[in-house]
Order: sequence, then C-alpha cells, then structure tokens
Amino acid sequence: MTTGKVLAINGNMVSVTVSGDVSMNEVGYIVLGEKRLKAEVIRIRGDQAELQVFEITRGISVGDPVEFTGELLAVELGPGLLTTIVDGLQNPLPELAERSGFFLERGLYLQALPRNKTWHFTPTVKAGDTVVRGDALGHVPEGIFEHWIMVPFGIFGSCTVVSVAPEGDYNVDHEIATVKDERGETHTLTMVFEWPVKRAIDAYEERLRPEVPMVTKVRIVDTFLPVARGGTYCIPGPFGAGKTVLQQITSRNADVDIVIIAACGERAGEVVETLREFPELTDPRTGKSLMERTVIICNTSSMPVAAREASVYTAVTIAEYYRQMGLNVLLLADSTSRWAQAMREMSGRLEEIPGEEAFPAYLESVIAAFYERAGLVRLRTGATGSVTIGGTVSPAGGNFEEPVTQATLKVVGAFHGLSRARSDARKYPAIDPMDSWSKYNGTVDRSMTEYARGVLFRGDEVGQMMKVVGEEGTAVEDYILYLKSDFLDAVYLQQNAFDKVDAAVGTERQRHVFDLLYQILGSHIRIESKEEARTFFYQMRQKFIDYNSAEWESEEFRKLEQELRELLGTVASGLERAAQEAYDNRGNYA
Amino acid sequence: MRKVYSRIESIVGNVISVRAEGVRYGELAVVGSRYGDSLAEVIRLRGDEVSLQVYAGGRGISTGDEVRFTGNPMQVSFTDNLLGRVFDGSGKPRDNGPVLTEGLIEIGGPSVNPAKRIIPRNMIRTGIPMIDLFNTLVESQKLPIFSVSGEPYNPLLARIAMQAEVDIIILGGIGLKYDDYLFFKDTLEDGGALSRTIFFVHTASDPVVEALLVPDISLAVAEKFALKGKRVLVLLTDMTNFADAMKEIAITQEQVPSNRGYPGDLYSQLASRYEKAVDFEGAGSITILGVTTMPGDDVTHPVPDNTGYITEGQYYLRNGRIEPFGSLSRLKQLVNDTTRDDHRSIMDGMIKLYANYRESQEKKSMGFRMSEWDDKLLKYGELFERSMMDLSVNIPLEEALDLGWKILADCFGPEETGLKTDLIKQFWPREAVR
Ligand SMILES: Nc1ncnc2c1ncn2[C@@H]1O[C@H](COP(=O)(O)OP(=O)(O)OP(=O)(O)O)[C@@H](O)[C@H]1O
Ligand SMILES: [Mg+2]
Repeated sequence: MTTGKVLAINGNMVSVTVSGDVSMNEVGYIVLGEKRLKAEVIRIRGDQAELQVFEITRGISVGDPVEFTGELLAVELGPGLLTTIVDGLQNPLPELAERSGFFLERGLYLQALPRNKTWHFTPTVKAGDTVVRGDALGHVPEGIFEHWIMVPFGIFGSCTVVSVAPEGDYNVDHEIATVKDERGETHTLTMVFEWPVKRAIDAYEERLRPEVPMVTKVRIVDTFLPVARGGTYCIPGPFGAGKTVLQQITSRNADVDIVIIAACGERAGEVVETLREFPELTDPRTGKSLMERTVIICNTSSMPVAAREASVYTAVTIAEYYRQMGLNVLLLADSTSRWAQAMREMSGRLEEIPGEEAFPAYLESVIAAFYERAGLVRLRTGATGSVTIGGTVSPAGGNFEEPVTQATLKVVGAFHGLSRARSDARKYPAIDPMDSWSKYNGTVDRSMTEYARGVLFRGDEVGQMMKVVGEEGTAVEDYILYLKSDFLDAVYLQQNAFDKVDAAVGTERQRHVFDLLYQILGSHIRIESKEEARTFFYQMRQKFIDYNSAEWESEEFRKLEQELRELLGTVASGLERAAQEAYDNRGNYA
Repeated sequence: MRKVYSRIESIVGNVISVRAEGVRYGELAVVGSRYGDSLAEVIRLRGDEVSLQVYAGGRGISTGDEVRFTGNPMQVSFTDNLLGRVFDGSGKPRDNGPVLTEGLIEIGGPSVNPAKRIIPRNMIRTGIPMIDLFNTLVESQKLPIFSVSGEPYNPLLARIAMQAEVDIIILGGIGLKYDDYLFFKDTLEDGGALSRTIFFVHTASDPVVEALLVPDISLAVAEKFALKGKRVLVLLTDMTNFADAMKEIAITQEQVPSNRGYPGDLYSQLASRYEKAVDFEGAGSITILGVTTMPGDDVTHPVPDNTGYITEGQYYLRNGRIEPFGSLSRLKQLVNDTTRDDHRSIMDGMIKLYANYRESQEKKSMGFRMSEWDDKLLKYGELFERSMMDLSVNIPLEEALDLGWKILADCFGPEETGLKTDLIKQFWPREAVR
C-alpha cells in the first residue's frame, strides 16, 4: 500500500507527500500515535496530495505517517441498515456511545452493520445460473421487507453462479455464494459489500419519468405543490420558518417504503427528537415502529465538517441501494446549504478561485449531480424502485437570490419556498402558496386546484389593493373574494402539525375535503355588506377548523360537514361559471 | 524541557511564524516580549514553518522575541475554586485571587454524541409572559437575545439568570463594557448568586484574539460542571463581538471572505460553541443564553443570520419589549403540551390576531376608515402590548394564560378568535359581556 508523510496542516486540510500511487477520493489514515484519523484525498499534484481529515486535526505534526487504503470512500450495504443511526461516514452512533460515552472520540471507527445478528437467507438462484450485478441471489427478511442479497454492483459483465448457500441463518459476513465473472475470476460473496459513495448506483434497466404522487399528508403539498415518487424538491426558507418541522412531519407520514434522514450540519437536538420518538411511533401502513423503515445519517453542525460533506453521499447511496430492491425510498436532507458550506470551507483551504459568495465554481454542477441521483427506475426484474430527494436550503439572510438556492431551483421538480411573513404570523406550514411551484401531478385534479389558486391570487390582489384604497374603497364582491382566499388559506393551506387528526391528512380525505372547499370557493355568495360577509366567513372558518380536527368519517365529521353545507346554503347560489367549468372538466381521479 | 526558539520570521497582524520542528497542530506556545508573556496557538504548519496566533496580539512583538512551545493545547483549570472568581479570556485571574493550576482540562473538546442526548423536558420559568407563554425557555436550550445596541439586553439577561433555578452561572463577556461587567456583578451579588458564578471576561480594551477564547473556556468549564450533575447557565454577551473578532483575524490572514468580510466557516465556528448546550442523561445540563447585537437592526446581517440558523430560537428585543414576531423558542413544543390545555392555542391564536392588529394599524396610519373589525383589533393590540408585552410584567404562566383569555373576551366574540370550540367552552371567561 502507498504511504506518505504529513507535510502541512491547515485546519482540517492536511498536505501529504506521497510515495506511490494514490487516487482521487481515496481514503487514507493519518497515524497519530495510537490513533488513526480517517481522511479523503481531494487533490493530487505531483507527489503531493491534499486530504480532508474527517476529524479534529489538533495534535498532528509535520512528518506524521500516512497510510493509504487503495479504496475510495465507501459505505457498507447489506441487511441491517434499517433502524441504524450513523454519522456521515456510517459509524453507528449508539455503538460509538457504548465505547466512548458522552463524547465522540476521534479515530474510533466501527462497522455500520451488526455482525452478531443472523439473517434467514433463502436462495433464489442455483449453481449454473447466469446473473449480473444487481440481480438477487436470494433474500432475507429485514423487518417488514424482503431484503435482496444482490450481486455487488461493482462486478461487471455476466457471471455464473458457482455455488450458493442453502437456506439458513447466517450473519452478514458468512459466505453466501461464489460467482465466476466473464474473465474467469471467482468472487466470494457475503451479504454485505461496499460501494463508493460518490458514484451513483446504476444497476438498473432504464430511468422512467416520475408520475405517481408521493403522498406527504400535508394538504398544501399534496393538493397544490405535489412531489412525485422518484422526483426532487427543495424547501428553502429563512431560519425558523419551519423547514425541519416540515421534513420531520414528512419523514413520519410519507407514503414510501423507506425514509433516509440526512441531518447534515444542523442541530443535534433535532435528530434526537427523531431518534427518540420514532421507535415509539407506529407506522400506520405497517403497524410496526416507524424506526423500522428509517435510516438516520447524522452529522450535525458541531461534528467534523468534512464528514458533513460526505454525509449526503452516504445517505443517497443507501437510498439507491434499497431502490435496487424495488422499494420507494425518500431521502430528506437537512440542510443542503451546510453541505455546500462544507465544500466552500474546503475550497477556501485549497485556495481555489472562489465564485459567488466564496462558493466554489463547481457548486452548481455538484448540486445538480446530487439531485440527479433521485429517480424512478425499472429494474431487470421489471419491478420499479424510486429515490425521491427533498432537500432544505438555508439561504443567507433568507434571500433566495443566493448561489445554493439558485443552483437547486435549476434542477428540482418542485419548490416549496417558506416565507418569513407566514411563519411570523404562525401560518404553518409556512410554504408560500404564491411563489412555490411544482412540475408534478398531485392527488387532486389540476384544473380544480388551478381554479382554487386563482381565488388565492385574485383575493390576494384585492388584499393588496385594500392596503391602497382601504376597505371602504373595495366592492363587496371583491371583498368576498378576499375573504374566500383568506378562508382557503386558513382552513386548507394551513395545517396544525400538533393536532392529532389535522397533522396528517390522507389522500381520500384531502379529495373529499377539497371538494367541499371547492364548493365554498366557487359559489356565488349573496351577501350585501362586508361586515356580514366577514361574519359569515369567520363562522365557516370556525366550523371548518373543528371539521379538520374531527376524525375522518366519524359522526362528528359528518355532522360538521352537514352544518357547513347548510351554512353555505343560506348564502350560496350555485357555482360561478369558471368554477363549474373546471369542475366539469376534472379528471377522473377517484 | 522544550526547545526555545528565538528567531521570529514574520509578524503579520496577530500571527507570527517561526521555524521549528516536532510542533503539533493546535499546540500552545508562550511568546515572551518586553511587554510580558503571551500565549500563542499553532494555527498552521508547513514543513518547518510554524504559524502562531498570539492571544495578546502582534503589537510590540519583536523578531528577536522568544517562543517556547508547551507541548499542550489550551487548557484551563477546573475546580470548585473557580466559583466566585473573575478571569480573562485566557484564564488569567482578573480579580486579586490566586492563579489556578490544578485539574487542567482542554478547551474546545469533542462534540457530544447525538445518540447520548436526550429530549429536553424542563421548562425554565422566567415570569415574563412573552417568554413563558409565547416562547417558553427550556433547560439545555441555546438561545440568543437579538437586539440593537441600546436595548436593555444585559438587564434582561441578568433578570432571566436570576429567575432561572440553576446551580451555576458562567458569564462569558466578549468585548464587554466594564460598566456592564459591574452591572452583572452587582445584580448577581444582590441576588445572592455571586458565589455560584464564574466570570470569564474579555473587555473591549483587551486584545482581540482573547475574545475568541471566551466561549470555549466558559463552555469547557460548564461542561465539566454539567457532567458532575450541575445545571449550568452560560451567558455569552456579546457574540457579535466574537464573530467580529473572527472576521478581523480572517482578514489579516487574507482568507477569502464569504459574506460582508466574515469567513466562510462562521456558521461552523458559531455552531461548535452553541452546540455545547446539552442535557446529559443522568447528569447535569448546559443552557446557553447569548446576546447577538444586530448591526443596523438588520436580522439578515451575517452574524444574527448564522446565529438564527444555529440556535433554538431567539428573543427579539426591540423598543424595550420582546417582539412576538421574530421571537421564537423552538423547544417550546417540548414542554407546552403539559402545562395547560389551552397553552398552545392561546399562544398561536393571540399572535395570529396580533398580526391582524398590525395590519389594521397600518391601514389606520394610512388614513383609511376603520371597520368594526379593525376597531376590535386595535383595542386588542393595545391591550396586548400594555398588559402582556411590557417587560415590567412579572406573572406566572397560569396567570398569563388567564389574562390572555380575558383580553380576548374583552375584545372579541368567541368565534372571531379562530380558537377551537372545545377550548372556548372550557376557558372563555363567563363574566365576559360583549
Ligand atoms: N408546521 C408547524 N406547526 C407548528 N409550528 C411550527 C411548524 N413549523 C414550524 N413551527 C415552529 O417553528 C419552529 C422552527 O421550525 P423549524 O425548526 O422547522 O425551522 P427551520 O426552518 O428548520 O429553521 P432553521 O433553518 O434554523 O433550521 C418550530 O420549532 C416550531 O415551533
Ligand atoms: Mg431546521
């Protein structure tokens, strides 16, 4: 193996003189007495390599030995990934805590997958079969899933199965099969293999266009700003606007098989909430604990910056791995800005020519390449799997005109922009319904949601106008439009994350409730005075809020709906023409 | 005996460089100049060229001065003898007490394993409705006061410190005015808290580099006390001075600035300090209350901006009040579900209406006719500001909630509040007549 000696140290960047070959992104260890500190090669010039160290560099001296591994920065893939809580380099945090207590000890690295656990393996191939990378050799049950034991993605060309283990209980390191590749080389396979995090896993037949909505149970998202399975979306917003809460809610309720949470450079406390609560919460889809479908990659803001940069790649690689089993995976990254900042810090130390706000010139392409790893794919078996990526963005000063937000907006399929004005007014989720957009189809027909959005926009215009001409200068008709848009906001766009029922609204209920809402928004309202109109809409609002927190299809729910319809009936006379047209043209969704 | 180097090759700003071997990154050295000894930290190594940041600053250092490497990183003594004492940023006594050398601990230690953290659960009662009711403070929270200069942020900090039931208070002063230091000292003394307080004070006239040490030294000591089961409150005032010190140093080192001259790692630097706030399972806790003054009352300025992204909320102090907009306690939901059934609803409901009040107020200022609804809102806003927002109000949470209902009932009909019917049934004041 190649070795080297430390030549220079600047923050978490170490320059090393190398004797022998090294590759870009190769892992090396700086030997510091008893400890070996993990680092990654990020630049090579002549016999000098620059390494970003995944640890605090305190105590390193010039001349300290460096050992290179010949391997790229990689993660372990195999059964047992689910429920794990790991750092950006896939070190399991609970196990680290068992070894080193309250604090993270540097230079302590543990295997991500449990070694003492056995898995019940059922082979699905036999000796003589031909397989290619990504094909299943068999499967083991992992929680509620059938976890495929696959031919490692790094073995190219077709292989012949030489032998395969019989059905039985094995741990991940047990030899499960041997295969012979086209060049005649034999590979001994276990249930676990490694894959370099910075390379996308591409062992599939083709990429398909994301079409099916990924239901989040957040009304404003599913109805107005939907996300598709295999799609991408971003949540930019100033601090405290609700990005993390929105992701936390989504991580609980999203209609996907597996959720990968990448807590990237944010508060440790927020992850703690997830990791303490998830084991206690049941997944309504499966009746099991939510933790069983979750992987947490946790490299919070005070943990080493270089590992933060790696963490999003670790996360997406694990997501892609489960996608290869025909599962729908959601990756939530909070916050991609911290990842971009990690790149910026390193770029500064490398003395690269800085771009805007000192971000490196390659920022945009790196962000694009990351989101490109999302997608809906068809596997060789014909099954499909998907990786959906949702990333929060934390723009400096809350201003979206900054490099990370802009680079992200160029590549994602939906934009959920949070607004300070809405969060200040406690209008949660504070997604700005005007500025945000989505290219995907949602749970409700587009022509109807477009009509509703129209009400929102026109009502908002009236609101703006009223600021200039005052209420007295506004026609009753316009004022009603204003009240309608306010109503839509209050009872549908806003959703109480802390209400047992309102917190998560399934597709069926959304369609049902939206239909009623649509009747209200679309109706001609015969009211003569503004004061009366306001009173009417406030009464409706009150009932609707109660309706929103009534259990779906309960007695209470029906009763309140009846009352709402009756109350509406007292002043409504049919749908407006545009509303009727959109309604008649609605697609057949139910 | 470690080797002594007596040839300083360069002096740029606060950074000197010498040629030396076997030096460790982050190691501490003593630079002896004719103005006295100063500590210096190794911040860069390249071959045998060692760059050191001199805590007392580069001023007056001569190329012929001696540099002695200590073989250790920056350390501070940790003992109960710290209590009641006053030190500077590098841990030297500022009072007349003895230099402490026992039980040395490193500062800027590793971060807590997230898997070992627990969910914060204890409310810290302050008697201030804008805090207790609307943005509850929680033990182990990290939370700054955002303020323009001239606002009474230090008195507010001191008041919370005195009300909070903690075992130890550590005041980290960064660029603190001497008068303010005296104010803290007097307040804590009057409240009988001086004997459980430790001061690490860097004043505006002290060398800039020392400002950088104050949070680390304060938090290192806090951490040790917390591990011994103590509930520690760390006050850091003013963290903008800390950030400015970083900026100044980064610029002299010709680092590429990211935003208004601040270094690109401002976020990580601030985070590594604030993230020391913690509740240790089976031991004590660290709560951090900071002050972040906002240059030009601009929240989007890089210091408050980065801080807001790190801390668990902020109290926005303006015109002598804690503003409901902009103020936030992110941990409030961890404790306000068990206080009283109406807590959350009153908290959100009153603020929503207050936002409407602001709109009506704006309309009024533009000379529009006020509708009946506007009049209600105006009355409400005025009442809210007077009886809740004023900092002189000092009542327990339960009283504040009752007061909230009373204000609502004084101004609105129940269905105008947007509150859920079952709460209204339970809490709407009976005697309210409309
Ligand atoms: N949907 C919601 N319902 C109720 N309260 C919310 C909601 N979203 C956010 N909040 C409130 O706002 C606070 C801040 O939200 P959150 O932590 O998600 O902000 P953020 O955008 O992630 O901020 P940062 O960028 O600083 O991490 C929460 O602690 C909570 O009090
Ligand atoms: Mg957040």
